[in-house]
Amino acid sequence: MSELKLMKGNEALAEAAIRAGADAYFGYPITPQSEVIEYLMTEQPEKRTGMVVLQAESEIAAINMVYGAASTGKKVLTSSSSPGISLKLEGISYIAGAELPAVIVNVVRGGPGLGTIQPSQADYFQSVKGGGHGDYKLYVLAPASVQEMSDFVEDAFNIAFKYRAPVLILSDGLIGQMMEKVYLKDQIPRLTNDEIIKKYGSWAVTGRKNRDRNIITSLDLQSEKMEARVHRLMKKYEQMEKEDLRYEKILCDDAEYLIVAYGSSARISQKAIELARKKGIKAGLLRPITLFPYPKQVLFELADQVKGILSVELNAGQMVEDVKLSVQHKVPVEHFGRTGGIIHTPEEVLEALEQKIIKNGHLRYHKTRESSIL
Amino acid sequence: MDILDIIKPENQVFCKTKLMTDTALSYCPGCGHGTAHNLTMEVIDEMGIMEDTIGVAPVGCSVLAYDFMNIDMTQAAHGRAPAVATAIARTWPEKYVFTYQGDGDLAAIGTAETIHACNRGENIVIIFVNNGIYGMTGGQMAPTTLEGMISSTSPYGREIKSMGSPLKMTELVANLPGVYYVTRQSVHTHKHARKAKKAIQKAFENTRLKKGLSFIEIVSNCNSGWKMTPNESNIWMEENMFKYFPLGDIKVDGILKQ
Repeated sequence: MSELKLMKGNEALAEAAIRAGADAYFGYPITPQSEVIEYLMTEQPEKRTGMVVLQAESEIAAINMVYGAASTGKKVLTSSSSPGISLKLEGISYIAGAELPAVIVNVVRGGPGLGTIQPSQADYFQSVKGGGHGDYKLYVLAPASVQEMSDFVEDAFNIAFKYRAPVLILSDGLIGQMMEKVYLKDQIPRLTNDEIIKKYGSWAVTGRKNRDRNIITSLDLQSEKMEARVHRLMKKYEQMEKEDLRYEKILCDDAEYLIVAYGSSARISQKAIELARKKGIKAGLLRPITLFPYPKQVLFELADQVKGILSVELNAGQMVEDVKLSVQHKVPVEHFGRTGGIIHTPEEVLEALEQKIIKNGHLRYHKTRESSIL
Repeated sequence: MDILDIIKPENQVFCKTKLMTDTALSYCPGCGHGTAHNLTMEVIDEMGIMEDTIGVAPVGCSVLAYDFMNIDMTQAAHGRAPAVATAIARTWPEKYVFTYQGDGDLAAIGTAETIHACNRGENIVIIFVNNGIYGMTGGQMAPTTLEGMISSTSPYGREIKSMGSPLKMTELVANLPGVYYVTRQSVHTHKHARKAKKAIQKAFENTRLKKGLSFIEIVSNCNSGWKMTPNESNIWMEENMFKYFPLGDIKVDGILKQ
C-alpha cells in the first residue's frame, strides 16, 4: 500500500530516504535544498526507524561523514546544492576510489561561483565528467518530477550497493521546490548490525571479528596496484552501461525532429513537442534518466530517423556535447538553454526548435556538406 | 642447542602484541610513530576490544597506519578523520572508534572537523601525534612548528609576524564542553611511553563509559625532518617542544586542570 501525499520535491526525497531504510543522513544547509535536512530534523527518523540525522559543520565534513558510515556498510546519503557539491567533490572522489556505496543529491542552482539560488542544470559537466580528481564516474539519476525525487532514492541505493559506488541524484531547484502529488513507497526495514556484518562482512569495517581485518582506502602507492584499481572501476562503469542505462522516449516513433532533455528541461520540452505537433511538426523527446550511463546508442539510432536534434538544457550548452558525440555528425545538433536561473518556456523551446533546427540548422548542415564535397 | 630450547613459552616475559602486523614499519628509524602505534594496539589488545574497534587513519606519515595496526581501519581524506569517526560512532554507538592523526592533518587542514567533533562531544578517541613538521611531504612548516624552527617552507626559521604562532590545538579543544579528557604525552622514553599508554587506556575506557571525546596529544620527534640523529632529536624535543607544549593532563573527567 503506497501513501498519496502533496509534497515538495526536497521533502519527498527526504521522506523516501527514511522509507528506503537509510541508516544515516549528513548534510549542511544550502538553498534550494535545505528542506531535505529541515524535513528530516522535524520528522525525527531516529524515533521512526533509528536513522541518524546530523547537521555537519560544512559540506566537506558531511561528505566525509558519509564516507565514514559507508565504510561500515551503512546505507547513507547527503544532499546539497551546486557550491556545496563543489566542496564535496574531494570526498566523492575518495568514495569512488575506496569503492563505497553512497547516495549524493544535488539540487542544482545557477553558477559559477555563488551564482544564484534559482534552478539550473549547469552542473552537468561536473556530474558526468568526473568533477573530482581522478579516473572515476558517478552513476547519475536525473529526476523530472516530485514522484521521481521519491522513487529514485531507493533506486540509487540499490545501484550504490550493487556496484559499491557513489550514485548522484541530479535534481534542480525547480524539481526540489515544486509541490506535486507523490505516491510514497512502504517502509523498508533498516538492516540490523548483524545483518550488515553478514551481508557486507567481506569488505566493511565493522570490527575484526572471526575474520581477517578489513581496510577501506583509496591509496595504492604501487602503480601496478593503482592501475588495477582503476581497471576495476572501469569494469563497473562498463557494466552500468550494459545493465543499468535508463531513458524515456516520448513520441519518438514517427518523429522527424528530436529534442533531448533531462530533468526539469524534459518536463518543459514535453510540453514543447505537444505544441509542435499541434502545428504539424513531428517532434519527439528523448529523456535520458541516467546521465551516466548515457543513452548513446539510442541517440545514434534515432539520428538515422530524424532530420535534426535540439539539446534543451538550463545551461550554456553542456549535455549537447554528449549528444553530438552520440550522433556522430549524422544530423545537425544544436543547443538551446537559458542560464542564470531563468527557466525557458515551452514556447521558447518550440521557437528554438524551429529557428535552430528546422529552418537554419538544416540549411547550414547541407551547406557544410556541400562545401566538404567540393 | 636449538633456539626453541632457550625460548620456551613458560619463560616468556614479553611479546609483541598480535595487533601489530609483521609488516616492517615505514617510519624513519628513531621516529615516535612506531611506539605510539604499538601502545595504541597494546591497549586495544589488553582491553579485549579488538572485535569492536574501528580505527581511522589520516593523511601524512601515518597514512599507512592500517598496514601496521592489525584491526579494521578506514583511511580518511586529509584532515577529515574526526568527521569520518563521527559517522562511524553515530551509526555504531557500541563500537570503539579512534582517529590517529598528525599535526598537519589535525591542526591545519582538519581544524574545522577537529573543533566540531570535539564540540559535539563525539564518543571517540583522537590520538594526535605532534612533531611540529610535515614529515610525509618532506619537512614543510606545520601549524605546530616552533618559532625560529627551520623547515623547507620556513628556511630562515618560523617568523611569528608573518607565519603566526605555533597552534596549541590541545589547549583549544580542552575548553570545549563536549571534550571529556585531554592530555599531552610523549613516547620517547620508557617512562613516558608507560604514561602515554595509561592515557590511551583511560581514553578507551571513556569511550566504553560513553563519556564523550578523549583527546591525546603525543609530542613526538621527526629526526629526518628536523635533520638530527634520533637521540639529538629527542634531546631537542625535551628542550624546545616541551617548553611550548608542556606534558601532562589538561582536562580530566570533564574538569579543566588549573
